Amino acid sequence: MSNAPVDKGRRRFLTVATGVVGGAGAAFTAVPFIASWNPSAKAKNAGAPVEVNIAKAEPGQMIRVKWRGKPVWVVRRTPEMLDGLGKIEDNLRDPNSEEPQQPPYAANKYRSIKEEFFVAVGICTHLGCSPTYLPSGMGEHVEGVESGFFCPCHGSKFDIAGRVFQSVPAPLNLVVPPHYYVDDNTILVGEEKGQA
Amino acid sequence: MANKFVQWMDERIPMTKTWNIHLAQYPAPKNFNMWYIFGVLAMLVLVNQILTGIWLTMNYVPSAEGAFASVEYIMRDVEYGWLLRYMHSTGASAFFVVVYLHMFRGMMYGSYQKPRELLWLFGMFIFLVLMAEAFMGYLLPWGQMSYWGAQVIISLFGAIPVIGDDLTLWIRGDYVISGATLNRFFALHVIALPLVLVILVFLHIIALHEVGSNNPDGVAIKKPKGSVPDEEKPKFKFHERFTKKYDIVDAIPFYPYYIVKDLIGIGIFLFFFCYVIFFNPEMGGFFLEPPNFEPANPLKTPEHIAPVWYFTPFYAILRAVPDKLLGVILMFAAIVLLALLPWIDRGKVRSVRYRSVLHKLNLVNFVISFVVLGYLGTQPATPVATLFAQIFTFLYFAFFVFLFFYSRREKTKPVPERVTS
Repeated sequence: MSNAPVDKGRRRFLTVATGVVGGAGAAFTAVPFIASWNPSAKAKNAGAPVEVNIAKAEPGQMIRVKWRGKPVWVVRRTPEMLDGLGKIEDNLRDPNSEEPQQPPYAANKYRSIKEEFFVAVGICTHLGCSPTYLPSGMGEHVEGVESGFFCPCHGSKFDIAGRVFQSVPAPLNLVVPPHYYVDDNTILVGEEKGQA
Repeated sequence: MANKFVQWMDERIPMTKTWNIHLAQYPAPKNFNMWYIFGVLAMLVLVNQILTGIWLTMNYVPSAEGAFASVEYIMRDVEYGWLLRYMHSTGASAFFVVVYLHMFRGMMYGSYQKPRELLWLFGMFIFLVLMAEAFMGYLLPWGQMSYWGAQVIISLFGAIPVIGDDLTLWIRGDYVISGATLNRFFALHVIALPLVLVILVFLHIIALHEVGSNNPDGVAIKKPKGSVPDEEKPKFKFHERFTKKYDIVDAIPFYPYYIVKDLIGIGIFLFFFCYVIFFNPEMGGFFLEPPNFEPANPLKTPEHIAPVWYFTPFYAILRAVPDKLLGVILMFAAIVLLALLPWIDRGKVRSVRYRSVLHKLNLVNFVISFVVLGYLGTQPATPVATLFAQIFTFLYFAFFVFLFFYSRREKTKPVPERVTS
């Protein structure tokens, strides 16, 4: 044993340095535990965004794709359909899309990015049935409305922008999923622009 | 023989010493009333939950495909499975009944005041963990209300700016509530949180026995050493750990006196507990909600989503605020303010018995707001209900604000030197 006086400064430095290194080690050890809570590769795969090719969609046509286990509709609306949207707002529960049923970029009159293409989750907001698309013949259910969506389960009615009519069981407008245009002919459903 | 064994043990572990310090020679104020039963009852329910919980895991299947069916299997095919499950589900509600009463006892008699601040904080942590435990447990039967209740609660975290969406994704482990969520909630519910809960209860009791129990008069039973003549001291032997620094007055040993008293209370409690288990396990939809008898269906939202009754006061506060983030903040603030009571209440007098009329009225205001909010939280949010929820949310928070201001210079009654019997 040496009898040299204790160098307190040196001892403190070593204690602190050891503590910092140990702390950093503990922080890195936490990484796997925290990261393992993220969605697994399987979940990510099942929830992956879906590409929709709209190049060949005719006016009035609906394309159905499956995203996260749910049907997603892409409807190419005709000018007549779009003209009809402004005329029926008194009959709607939420004509101005105030409820958070769509991303901010679809909270407009057409509930879409490009007015022509309407993208929505095809699940009735009442009890989860899938409504029927009526490109014509909606007048049977709502007078003076040519096109829309009609849910056969409990009779909920939506206009061609997925906005719910009054006095039907469904409380909310149809959900517009996050989506963006990769190019003029392709929509990516399930991801917002600029998202990784 | 028995003596020899005790001696053998005592030489290796402080067995007799622990028994004496915490039970046989622990001085408890002699004037406890029936409000002092709920701590013991909470421990009884904790044991019930752990025991029945372990047995339930033996037949429960923690997966989205198997969970609902396995609960039905426990109810119908496992011998006495129905009893174990009803003991567990009723125990969950009973836990909150006794904990709420236990907390209110502390509020009435100022048991959170100095020097019991840390004791109160441990209690609040127990309450928090208990809420997490109950919330995660409620997902496990994988019924409609399990699923949609969890959906609503987890989406609360989505209100947090910037990190909200990633945080909810991280909690769920999927883009929707799924088997991944169920499995992690199962793991937390059956091992992580109970472990934390037991440790916190241990700390709660250690902290209690360090500072000593409060009592309905809020008067200390520890007097300065040498200030009490021998003939006024109780005729019991208390451990020298307590008598070394203080003269103890008006106390009796916890064992056997309060153990016997508690047994009576436990008997009465079990009477109600068994009534619910055997005759009314769903308690009119309050303990087990009707939509939960239907398997979880991500495509079908129930008409009206309401949490179980013990969360409804906080749920009502959440819904009363039109802004989502502010609602979440207020809901958590409602709990945080309770935890801060030792510092919000600046009064020196503990017990409500000797405090001002204003304080009594304020306590009544707190109870009424809490109960009314609890009721409103079970009801659909009509405009009238929302207005009432806003009024009573205001009154709930007003309790703490008023208390902070009047407690500093409160007109109190004279506090007796010694506890009244």
